[in-house]
Amino acid sequence: MIRLAKVGVFLASLIPFAGLLWGFFGRGPFDMTTWGAGLGANPIEKITHVTGDWTLRFLLITLSITPLRKLQKLPWLIRFRRMFGLFAFFYGCLHFLTYIWLDKFFNLHEIFADVAKRKFITIGLTAFVLLIPLAVTSTAGWIRRLGGKRWQSLHRLIYVSAIAGVIHYLWLVKADIRKPLQYGIILGLLLFYRIWVWLVPRISRSNAASVVPRTRTAN
Amino acid sequence: MLIKKADDIRSSEITPRDLYLNRRKFLAGIGVAGAGAVAAGLGLRRLMPGADNVLADSKISGLQKSSFSTTEKITPMTDVSHYNNYYEFSTDKEGPADLAKNFKTRPWNVTIDGAVQKKQKLDLDSILKFAAPEERIYRHRCVEGWSIVVPWIGFSLSELIKRAQPTSKAKYVQFTTVYDPGQMPGQRANILQWPYVEGLRMDEAMHPLTLLCFGMYGENLPNQDGAPLRIIVPWKYGFKSAKAIVKISFVEHEPNTTWNLANPHDFGFYSNVNPNVERYHSQAYERRLGEFRPRPTLMFNGYDQVAGMYSGMDLASNY
Repeated sequence: MIRLAKVGVFLASLIPFAGLLWGFFGRGPFDMTTWGAGLGANPIEKITHVTGDWTLRFLLITLSITPLRKLQKLPWLIRFRRMFGLFAFFYGCLHFLTYIWLDKFFNLHEIFADVAKRKFITIGLTAFVLLIPLAVTSTAGWIRRLGGKRWQSLHRLIYVSAIAGVIHYLWLVKADIRKPLQYGIILGLLLFYRIWVWLVPRISRSNAASVVPRTRTAN
Repeated sequence: MLIKKADDIRSSEITPRDLYLNRRKFLAGIGVAGAGAVAAGLGLRRLMPGADNVLADSKISGLQKSSFSTTEKITPMTDVSHYNNYYEFSTDKEGPADLAKNFKTRPWNVTIDGAVQKKQKLDLDSILKFAAPEERIYRHRCVEGWSIVVPWIGFSLSELIKRAQPTSKAKYVQFTTVYDPGQMPGQRANILQWPYVEGLRMDEAMHPLTLLCFGMYGENLPNQDGAPLRIIVPWKYGFKSAKAIVKISFVEHEPNTTWNLANPHDFGFYSNVNPNVERYHSQAYERRLGEFRPRPTLMFNGYDQVAGMYSGMDLASNY
């Protein structure tokens, strides 16, 4: 059952990519003059925006697995987490490729200047690079090799990557910060859940520690 | 022998829209050359109040050609009318085309005030009679890094300024866009400081290239492109070219312009197209809509004739 669902989710996750391919080649795959015609007036900008948006969305979906699993008691959700994480990386790769290829046409001078001078590029690149070790170590073999604990610590980098990704979006818009703010609020909630889960047992433990002696004296 | 059926014609073989539009321009040109009674008659009809309701379409006839026009390939009109930075309607570029559909451009008045002899409120149709409409095919460069080539219609802004008779105190010209949140959904959000304000130095405003614009592609300006009246300053980034203007003020000091207030570091008052000054993005290259590879951006967007106005100015600090 889960296996079938996984195939379904996999195919569904490819829909944005398929939409881009269709928009790009749909008007005649062998006629270069029609390339991109289905993606509006500025196809390269459109591809950049779509791949960037879906990178962030898949990061947020990946980060929402654990809270959903725990709060809604849906333990089987864990089996989808790696796939969502890898899709975040997939769209991140497309986003990065679009930038260096379609946007900058491998103009290394321009790219280096961009990375050095424009902080939204710097932080966007950071967000992407941080995803690489996570994608590489996403296999069962790597979990075994690293050991569960170390693997988990490494994969906490996704928090940093997601924060960097949202800041990247926030810094690049000219004035209308509403969309990056939406991402930011959702990410904030997802991170707040983790802080909460980490903090609550510690607080209750320290409370318990201070309460216990008093109850004893009352006895 | 191969006989092609009608449905064998690939869409790429059909005359592209821009060629088709050139044909229309060619016809318009004939109208000018002939200066025939028919063309003149149509022209007058257009300038008559309410003429727009009478005419089935919004073609502007009797267009003069301009020596300022570039011979570069014109961007298809569908791109120019469906890819708009017009935050009054939407911050999505595809948004304004639909959201501006029912925007009312008549009646329309423009207030002329400040340091002028003739403070007045002008009806749009009387402004359109100030001079013969010219077609000016200009390069248009957005600070976001894309560019288009557009056959705008209008006449030099100086025609209006001369009639307003600015006094010696008029050092700058300030343009104010209409504030109408009922019709402009973007103004209901606090994205920028509304109404939109732009400005030019007096000599920039008087420069013959600076266009008071009310049409494009042989037609009235579409609402999403700044109808009914805007300016076009082709050597500056696109945001300097204010849309839907209701007030033109002549002032002594540099106006506080909207984008400059929003982000003074990235958007300077001058905002001349300059590949050497990096603000917001690198400005060394641009993507011409319809082209695949980036092309180098030219100083003053290729309008070198404006360079004299900035001689002795440090354009790196006065960006």
